[in-house]
Amino acid sequence: MKLDFFFQLLMSGLTRGSIYALIALGYTMVYGIVKLINFAHGEIYMIGAFTALIVSGVLSMYGMNPVFIFLIAITAAIIYSAAYGVTLEKIAYAPLRKAPRLSALISAIGMSMFLQNYVLLAQTSDFLPFPELLPEFGFLDPVKFIISTNQFLILVTTTVVMVLLTFFIKFSRTGKAMRATSQDRDMAQLVGININKVISITFVIGSALAAIGGVLISSHIGQINFYIGFIAGIKAFVAAVLGGIGSIPGAVLGSFVLGITESFGTGYISSDYEDAFAFVILIVILIFKPSGLLGRKVSEKV
Amino acid sequence: MLKIKNIETFYGNIQALKDISIEVKEGEIITLIGANGAGKSTTLMSLSGVVPVRSGSIEFLGKDITNKNPDEIVAMGVSQVPEGRRIFPLLTVQENLDMGSFLRKDKGEIKKDLEYMFELFPRLAERRTQQGGTLSGGEQQMLAISRALMARPKLLLLDEPSLGLAPIFVQQIFDIIKRVNKENNTTVFLVEQNAYMALKIAHRGYVLENGRITMTNDASVLLNDENVKKAYLGI
Repeated sequence: MKLDFFFQLLMSGLTRGSIYALIALGYTMVYGIVKLINFAHGEIYMIGAFTALIVSGVLSMYGMNPVFIFLIAITAAIIYSAAYGVTLEKIAYAPLRKAPRLSALISAIGMSMFLQNYVLLAQTSDFLPFPELLPEFGFLDPVKFIISTNQFLILVTTTVVMVLLTFFIKFSRTGKAMRATSQDRDMAQLVGININKVISITFVIGSALAAIGGVLISSHIGQINFYIGFIAGIKAFVAAVLGGIGSIPGAVLGSFVLGITESFGTGYISSDYEDAFAFVILIVILIFKPSGLLGRKVSEKV
Repeated sequence: MLKIKNIETFYGNIQALKDISIEVKEGEIITLIGANGAGKSTTLMSLSGVVPVRSGSIEFLGKDITNKNPDEIVAMGVSQVPEGRRIFPLLTVQENLDMGSFLRKDKGEIKKDLEYMFELFPRLAERRTQQGGTLSGGEQQMLAISRALMARPKLLLLDEPSLGLAPIFVQQIFDIIKRVNKENNTTVFLVEQNAYMALKIAHRGYVLENGRITMTNDASVLLNDENVKKAYLGI
């Protein structure tokens, strides 16, 4: 029985870690390219969840197959969130690209508040039920008490997304351009890379990943409100810093470390401190390894 | 080929370039010499569109390129090897070269050019899969030049290619510049502090002082000019 509990916690930790990773990648990629902490990133995740909720609500009225509804809803969420991400960059960050970094940071916090309150006004402050669209996977029956269908789906989706992203960054022409831009922006321009395009693509990818995370976790937990993006965003940000902001493998590693710690912490210590674990880890890391687990030391260019 | 007319460039309120006019003809090697802080790098960065020009105009192959985006200027055939080499440190040598040909689509020709680079700099072939940041200064300079050449530029801008290199590398780099100019008919705009070496390979030269062009003539004339000798050649 004790072992079951352990595995339950492990699975729940991995699930949390996956969601954090999907969000943290957006933070870390944007930071890598434009050296900005996009504090409105959590809101993009929340908007993704709301888009899926609305789309699935509308489609349910037509009596469609729930699995189809889920697929359409998640696609709509990805597209809508990506559009939000790019627009956000164009409106709030692009005009400040040459301004001191603090200005863009304040702009980001402003956008975060704006988006939260806009969803609050447009929707409601109450928690809204997120429909259960996916059937239970039969083959998971023997291990049902350890891992649920939704958790399984989250783990599989995250793994597939990570693998695809890794290949994209490593081998595609655009992926190489992104890496070049993050290493030396002026030089990237001098070889002919259009950095505006690279920045837009980065926001599209980051926002799309956040939307996927938003829809998956909402479907798992079963309810959403306008505030879910804030706490998830902060946690994912912690995960990104933990892994070394700007590093993609770092963000993934940091997310899983954070998710698993939280899960075991709440299981074996106390669930009262659920949100405190993240910040304890953050403080410890910042004291002993300020550049994060896989972060690069920043060396001044001469 | 390149006509810079009366450009002025500012960093904030500080004027870096004052009324600069330079002309480069096709197939030439021209050099811009001057002391530290004279505005040599700023001239190149203005040309490449990285630093905005406040007034004046830059014309390349009859088209106005003043304040165009850097990627559009590269697409027209102007590539730069910036000061300090600026290798992408975490990309491999191969990937750095791939970035050089970023805007090209002619795969077969790119492959040929790649082989040409490895023939010019066999060292790079050996280090193909190594990260750019792990190369020595001389090797990085070779990589920086190859990366720019991978774009098949009509005009190659070189900023202090000899800076910080061992003498043996300096000679090698200058030989390559000459060779590229001859074999590919690539026009070269060379910015150098090493005025002697630069004037020896260049056809014509400009002298830049405090953001202003103070002298221009055939390189051989400048080499023998008393003022140039005193100020830049240390003779």
